[in-house]
Amino acid sequence: MSATSHYPAAPVAEKIETHTLSVIVDNEPGVLARVIGLFSGRGYNIDSLTVSETEHEKHLSRITIVTRGTPMVIEQIKNQLDRLVPIHRVVDMTLAGPSIQRELAMVKVRGTGEPRVEALRLADAFRARVIDAGTESFIFEITGASEKIEQFIALMLPLGLVEVSRTGVVAIARGAEAM
Amino acid sequence: MTTNMSGAAAPDREMTGAEMVIEALADQGVQHIFGYPGGAVLPIYDAIFQQQMVQHILVRHEQGAVHAAEGYARSTGKVGCVLVTSGPGATNAVTGLTDALCDSIPIVVITGQVPTHLIGNDAFQECDTVGITRPCTKHNYLVKSIDDLPRVLHEAFHIASSGRPGPVVVDIPKDVQFAKGTYSKPTSFPHQGYRPQLKGDPSRIKQAVELMARAKRPLFYTGGGVINSGPRASTLLREFVKLTGFPITSTLMGLGAVQASDPQWLGMLGMHGTWEANWSMHDCDLMICIGARFDDRITGRLDAFSPGSTKIHVDIDPSSINKNVKVDVPIIGDCANVLEDMLALWRSSKAQPDKKALGDWWKQIDKWRAKKSLSYKNSSTIIKPQYAIQRLYELTKDRDTYITTEVGQHQMWAAQFYGFQEPNRWMTSGGLGTMGYGLPAAIGVQRAHPQSLVIDIAGEASVLMNMQEMSTAVQHRLSIKVFILNNQYMGMVRQWQELLHGGRYAESYTHSLPDFVKLAEAYHAVGIRCERPGDLDGAIKEMIDVDQPVLFDCVVDQNENCFPMIPSGRAHNEMLLGDSGESVDEAITEEGKMLV
Repeated sequence: MSATSHYPAAPVAEKIETHTLSVIVDNEPGVLARVIGLFSGRGYNIDSLTVSETEHEKHLSRITIVTRGTPMVIEQIKNQLDRLVPIHRVVDMTLAGPSIQRELAMVKVRGTGEPRVEALRLADAFRARVIDAGTESFIFEITGASEKIEQFIALMLPLGLVEVSRTGVVAIARGAEAM
Repeated sequence: MTTNMSGAAAPDREMTGAEMVIEALADQGVQHIFGYPGGAVLPIYDAIFQQQMVQHILVRHEQGAVHAAEGYARSTGKVGCVLVTSGPGATNAVTGLTDALCDSIPIVVITGQVPTHLIGNDAFQECDTVGITRPCTKHNYLVKSIDDLPRVLHEAFHIASSGRPGPVVVDIPKDVQFAKGTYSKPTSFPHQGYRPQLKGDPSRIKQAVELMARAKRPLFYTGGGVINSGPRASTLLREFVKLTGFPITSTLMGLGAVQASDPQWLGMLGMHGTWEANWSMHDCDLMICIGARFDDRITGRLDAFSPGSTKIHVDIDPSSINKNVKVDVPIIGDCANVLEDMLALWRSSKAQPDKKALGDWWKQIDKWRAKKSLSYKNSSTIIKPQYAIQRLYELTKDRDTYITTEVGQHQMWAAQFYGFQEPNRWMTSGGLGTMGYGLPAAIGVQRAHPQSLVIDIAGEASVLMNMQEMSTAVQHRLSIKVFILNNQYMGMVRQWQELLHGGRYAESYTHSLPDFVKLAEAYHAVGIRCERPGDLDGAIKEMIDVDQPVLFDCVVDQNENCFPMIPSGRAHNEMLLGDSGESVDEAITEEGKMLV
């Protein structure tokens, strides 16, 4: 006979989905540790996490988390987040309607001659700005959806990519309404 | 007489942080606090020394303080309180905090901390208390400014006791305890991020009631949420059960919500639940889960868990919904409120259960009951542990009795054989399974109910984990009775080793046990030893009559196993009885052995 578990069976057949969550929290010491501790303690994934104060007078910060899991796990993540006392709201941007997601990357490319010219040409095509330039290197600033940045980095790789720094994803819902 | 004015509308007053702690406790209605002093809480102890409002109970180990506060909270419905020092004081409290989190027990633990300017400097007795306790509390605070202290203290009580209850830690650096500030009384503060949902969604409640009226094989499955919701929830549940005529089972945590003598009561369900309760769970067509959380000890094999049923789940915590088992009708809300609304709708809609189908369902249940799954072979020469609990129950049932337990076989036998008639009478470590819980918990219960009979049903291994608290019981004249089922083994470990590991009893036998009678006497308590079934009643009566703490050494059969049992990797309808032909070894596959 098949023996499984006294513990919940692993969700083998269910589809893994990627969701972006916007979380409004009190800007107080330890709040990020609570969120991260929840994810590590319960074995959830974090693909990307950004945090910054967004409403200074109300001491509110906004955390944007990109996470992966089965629909049941995603539901758990949202409910577990909502349970934390300093968390005001959790909105699943993936389900809440159309939203815009952006991240910013700074990309350092080293090279001379033709590769250097090619890098500059591509940067122009991607609307990346040059924010630092030397005779042997550029630093590009690029903003866009994660896929666009991935694509740009892939193109820079053979042209002398040295270093990348990325902010992670921030998201906002389209339209006139606040979350 | 002008000073009387201050009593009615007390203006905010200047005082030290330490005095604020006492003031806030008193304003929150706290009469007792369990604790242990140390360098970083001395200002608060100084304030305790100079007042009469809050009585301090000195324990012998901080873990004991937290379990005592848990026992206090569970038997009264009030918030339990603890005061410990920084560093080791706080780390020793961690097991108790985790226990309270798992079982949703409202407690507030105040910890001292090194002065703010030393935080992060590896100072003497410094530890990152909020960091360590973050995952084992409902919420915690480090109070760095005296201005925040009154608000935080009041907020801590609100958070601990509202919504799904749980432990809250308030970490107060020593300089904040000395600092002077303005104390303010508790106010009804609107907390932006913390607003538990207490009323159930009416449309879901309607859906649930309609399902109940149509059900052919319904079953109530209730848990600790009903107890935590307060006695009103139990009263409403009893009314609802009676009105519908549905059978009811409950988890370990939910015992006492309905009377064990109720003919509709099927006994506890789960790993060591009764045959009728588990089979009913498996075969029901409508499961009405109220305040339980589909724990792995309850569900067994998940893919075979109650496969044909529609599931209603009432819970105050949205994260309990769909965590382990997908449910069809989730209702978020406090059990008492939801039960009240369901009951009202059942009455106003003149709903009637399907009498014919229900009759057939009860016939089936009676067949399962006829298995008498809790039966055991009694002996006239050796005390069977089940018999000991049965006698204890018979001799204490007409008294005002509270039961706590340690963790292991004795705990399961207590749950199976002690008939709980009322809520808040049963204090056991369910979620975390903390050996050493019962003795200090009994101290907390006895402190809250000085005139009642408080019994810790214990195993000799568990009870040694917090035995030092006998000294606390004696000091504070708390006449707890520790009823030890002494089989010289960690019984549940031994049982699993017998059933799963070829009878190789690795480290589960306790050599060099103390003489519990002499040990009791060494604590200035009373020791009683009983070895023969014929002497048991007399010895239990003697224990009850002694107005002192008692260690009762009940020497029981070393080899008795706890049945029924759902072996690892099996489903509810595959449970084993003590006298079943199939050996447990055959029933458990290699994969099953991997499981706890």
